[in-house]
Amino acid sequence: MIWSPEIECADRQKLHELQSKRLREMVRRLYENVPAYRKKLQEKGIEPGDIKSVDQLKDLPFTTKADLRDNYPFGLFTLSQTDVVRIHASSGTTGKPTVVGYTQRDLDIWTEVVARSLTMAGINKDDTIQVAYGYGPFTGGLGLHYGAEKTGATVIPISTGNTRKQLQFMTDFNATVIACTPSYAAHLGESILKEGISPKDIKLRIGVFGAEPWTNEMRSQIENLLNIKAYDIYGLSEIIGPGVSMECECQDGNHIFEDHFIPEIIDPETLEVLPYGELGELVFTTVTKEAMPLLRYRTRDLTRLFVDKCDCGRTLVRMGKCLGRSDDMLIIRGVNVFPSQVESVLLEMEEASPHYQLIINREDNLDTMEIRVEINERFWSDSIRELEGIRRRIDHNIKSLLGIGAAIKLVEPHSIERSEGKARRVVDNRRM
Amino acid sequence: MIIKQLSVFLEDRSGRLTDLTQILAEHEINITALSLAETADYGIVRMVVGKPGCAEEFLREAGFSVRLTDVVCVNMPDRPGALHEVLKILADNNINVDYMYAFSNKDVALGVIRAADIDQVIEVLQKNEMQLLRQSDIYQL
Repeated sequence: MIWSPEIECADRQKLHELQSKRLREMVRRLYENVPAYRKKLQEKGIEPGDIKSVDQLKDLPFTTKADLRDNYPFGLFTLSQTDVVRIHASSGTTGKPTVVGYTQRDLDIWTEVVARSLTMAGINKDDTIQVAYGYGPFTGGLGLHYGAEKTGATVIPISTGNTRKQLQFMTDFNATVIACTPSYAAHLGESILKEGISPKDIKLRIGVFGAEPWTNEMRSQIENLLNIKAYDIYGLSEIIGPGVSMECECQDGNHIFEDHFIPEIIDPETLEVLPYGELGELVFTTVTKEAMPLLRYRTRDLTRLFVDKCDCGRTLVRMGKCLGRSDDMLIIRGVNVFPSQVESVLLEMEEASPHYQLIINREDNLDTMEIRVEINERFWSDSIRELEGIRRRIDHNIKSLLGIGAAIKLVEPHSIERSEGKARRVVDNRRM
Repeated sequence: MIIKQLSVFLEDRSGRLTDLTQILAEHEINITALSLAETADYGIVRMVVGKPGCAEEFLREAGFSVRLTDVVCVNMPDRPGALHEVLKILADNNINVDYMYAFSNKDVALGVIRAADIDQVIEVLQKNEMQLLRQSDIYQL
């Protein structure tokens, strides 16, 4: 089934016209209501009336995470807080989170694209969806939640963690769909084996997985462990949250909901737009967003776009798997982590040193992060109690900023390998 | 009466302690007393050595995280109750011992004590006629 066939299977010329109309309106709204964007547009010599077609997208200025940080918290909102009905936040590159606001219409659109996504995976009102994404400022839980309700399915809003309870709800409430990060899905699958739960007590048939990159090998593993068909959902809070794009039954890339999010692929060095099929950085323009529309937002995800018609009947552009990042962001247990966040915590503590290394591993399908911190030559004490105090304070500050825990390990000064004077900040041992 | 103890931060990896003893051996620095305090991830080696200032320099040059910490070395008769007498004096004077280690050899027992206010430790122990070692005594041990 297709939730909105008039859009998802639209004639591409009609879609082009719709995008052009929406882009014109968006540029005008930004120019009139957001000083930061007016400045960006003026610097390029662009007046709102100059933009007539989506073909002119390539002439418009980019938006980066740094722009969001510089305008923290509400500088990029087009309207006052009165009209904003919800705020979500995700990791920023330093201490400040990345903030996004939604009007009621934004939330309605988000609900619509998630409903389209779930329908694309074959989910309908007879299904029971266990939403094991985090509920809170993270967009995963609430985003999936309202879209799932919209489809008429039964929703179990269990959020993350507590594997035993997850399995109990899954079996007792006859969940047919699980939505979570792929690594947690694999962990759940292995836990079913360990707990000795009979496969006939598990009614799952579909998995909707996202918030972190995963391989086809992981897909097969999860599908075998849980006896389901696994689908990829893609999104990022800056654009809307989950539901920016979704895999259909052909599983040949994710269809992007282009009536709301216009994609481009650029060369991250030259910033030139690349043709369909070429690998580059994915950029989105959110033409219908009211509260915080973004022009050409650089996602830093590296992938390709395909425009040929899909066997599922949808005409929407597809994006391939994300093959990496054009920045140093890590995704740990579905949470975005920037090494610079760790650095900002350490720089604020005079008893710590800003020399650190993140070591990422995957054990039993769950990501673990160890942070090695060189002790500060000037501040260390030969008392274990004081050293442990320093370690605990680092632990606490890291956890409260990142939202996930890490094992803090104090190491000797100059012990973290440096090449050409620059330390290697991240050792990621996961195979993606 | 203050003894300069050598404190070295060591990562928990094999061979690191050997690296340290090798430097001391090469420079003919004698270790009078040593204790190793460890956690899951790292350890602190505390040593009373001859020529602590030189030892600190050699170790620092070799890339160790090292510092000198003021401690007191008490010379006690090697008999039951001797350590108790020392610690009771400190307790009676509300002095909290951060850490200590001790060894005995023939007639001599040596206790190395670290506390926040090391001068106060010296003062109360001397007042109670405890025998404290001087830095120069370390050579003769």
